[in-house]
Amino acid sequence: MSIDVLTPVLTDNWDQDRSWTLAAYEEQGGYAAMKTALGTAPDDIITAVKDSGLRGRGGAGFPTGMKWGFIPQDNPKPKYLVVNADESEPGTCKDIPLMMASPHTLVEGVIISSYAIRANHAFIYIRGEVLHVVRRVQRAVQEAYLAGHLGKNINGSGYDLDVVVHAGAGAYICGEETALLEGLEGRRGQPRLRPPFPAVAGLYASPTVINNVESIASVPSIIRNGAGWFSSMGTEKSKGYGIFSLSGHVTRPGQYEAPLGITLRQLIDLAGGMREGHELKFWTPGGSSTPLLTPEHLDVPLDFEGVGAAGSMLGTRALQLFDETTCVVRAVLRWTEFYKHESCGKCTPCREGTWWLVQTLARLEKGQGSEDDLDLLLDQCENILGRSFCALGDGATSPISSSIKYFRDEYLAHLTTGGCPFDPAASTTFATTGASA
Amino acid sequence: MSHPTQLTSETYAELRAIAARYPEARSGLLPMLHLVQSVEGRVTPEGIEACAEVLGISAAEVSGVATFYTMYKRKPVGDYLVGVCTNTLCAVMGGDQIFERLKEHLDVGNDETSEDGKITLEHIECNAACDYAPVMMVNWEFMDNQTPESAVRTVDDLRAGKDVHSTRGPRLCTWKQAERVLAGFPDDLADEGPSAGPASLVGLGIAREKGWSAPSTEASGRTGDPDSLTEAVEDADTSRAESETKVDDK
Repeated sequence: MSIDVLTPVLTDNWDQDRSWTLAAYEEQGGYAAMKTALGTAPDDIITAVKDSGLRGRGGAGFPTGMKWGFIPQDNPKPKYLVVNADESEPGTCKDIPLMMASPHTLVEGVIISSYAIRANHAFIYIRGEVLHVVRRVQRAVQEAYLAGHLGKNINGSGYDLDVVVHAGAGAYICGEETALLEGLEGRRGQPRLRPPFPAVAGLYASPTVINNVESIASVPSIIRNGAGWFSSMGTEKSKGYGIFSLSGHVTRPGQYEAPLGITLRQLIDLAGGMREGHELKFWTPGGSSTPLLTPEHLDVPLDFEGVGAAGSMLGTRALQLFDETTCVVRAVLRWTEFYKHESCGKCTPCREGTWWLVQTLARLEKGQGSEDDLDLLLDQCENILGRSFCALGDGATSPISSSIKYFRDEYLAHLTTGGCPFDPAASTTFATTGASA
Repeated sequence: MSHPTQLTSETYAELRAIAARYPEARSGLLPMLHLVQSVEGRVTPEGIEACAEVLGISAAEVSGVATFYTMYKRKPVGDYLVGVCTNTLCAVMGGDQIFERLKEHLDVGNDETSEDGKITLEHIECNAACDYAPVMMVNWEFMDNQTPESAVRTVDDLRAGKDVHSTRGPRLCTWKQAERVLAGFPDDLADEGPSAGPASLVGLGIAREKGWSAPSTEASGRTGDPDSLTEAVEDADTSRAESETKVDDK
């Protein structure tokens, strides 16, 4: 059977009137999967999620059901579910609209997932910088309690679950799961050494599952429609659907929910092409921490394997598109300043290394320095990649090494012109030159 | 600088109520500091002492946390905290020009407050609304698809006391009121604003137009279960995922 190009599941109710309310969600069949799940053995839920092939939607792509299976059920400590709603990877903008439009999808997923891992306490850690999203999730949790979907003896099932909505306070690093746990324990958000792994000793040193918003929100659809339904979408090793977020110099930026394996060429076509009179120059497949790609990669299947084979990573499907008016050196410098700002300071390669990267790049961007500085940059990257405590440092090197690989000449042009050869005004949405409005 | 504290016995009761939401009280610290800001207009030494007292930890420990997170402010914040995204995507799409224009218009630098005390301006990192670039946040509400002109109009209207609405949310409240919501005390505005902004709905709109949807229930399909843990790890993208497997070797 053939699968449609776009397959709205998570986004399917976003255009409904007052979609964020319990009434609207239940009218669309919401919380039916929860009722099914609470009448099923927890291990069977885990099996269903394993069989579906769902892989973590927060970037790493680890199989969700397998992660749940790691929770040692013979451990006498309480088990916890923590939802990572700290969406902060530059370019990533899928979980925030999901929680704004349909917070009950997340809450229903939390109930089913907590039941599966036998947790009686779950936390939704939302970045603090999204006030209205915090309001909507707070309200959804409150409504779920009032409806008997949360609290003691949920819908007469004998299962108890409490959910706390926790607002963060501004720190990209808290998207890293162990740093998030530190934040949730009221400490500075710095990653923890592993082992022990969160599955064994996570929140309060107890067995903990940490999942991305989109992963958890996908669970009700799997319970409702079956593992085979989910795995009928996607590619051989990257099953199911996912939200693809297009931003930048494209005619219709926005959220496109499609089976994994769709290509950027297809997505740009759907989005009405690049902005009129311009062409794609470079793009990120999954946020700024995934190496840049170019127009030669337009037909790469956007699944874990396809993007990996192209030398990058699927990440969070945050497709940031830049046209020929954009200076890649300026873009990369700005990302590097971000990593420097967000480095938590715990490990030396990242804390010092990101500082040095900015020094070297800033000089090049101004047209100062020499060609040797490109090798210096790559050397600095090599001293960070694989040597830092967590993935933040690794991510910081991605835009630099990939941009030097594809756009070495553009770096050199800064040296020969003695500055940036681009006009930043031409890249803006309100540019008066060029065909774009 | 002497600062008459605004913290009351009611504040202390609310701080304790936050701590009581969690299995371990210290988990309340982040929201507690949001509450301090909602009362004091910043994180004050008195607020730090109050958190320390409620949690039974040292003021130094609280301070260490308060200085780590960027949403906690040590200097007084105006009624409206205006943040312009200058991370790469928004910067390229016009965020740099918006930030420059606002600095000039308000006669302030980054992280400074206008003379009338109304607006504090800062540049911010990616706020997860890239499909609405360039993005500006006011008291952590979305102001989507900005231009230098629209941004100036927004701050002028705010300074003149006019009603300003988020493009995807309610009428803007003050920064202190926003901080109270983040502390976990809802303000009953959840029902304001739309379900989603236009960019959030473009893909769905195309699917509706073309009649595209996910397959009907129980379509047959191959199982997606990886054959082994090793295979799952090989398939996963990062070393983070790889590290998960060592659980089994414990």
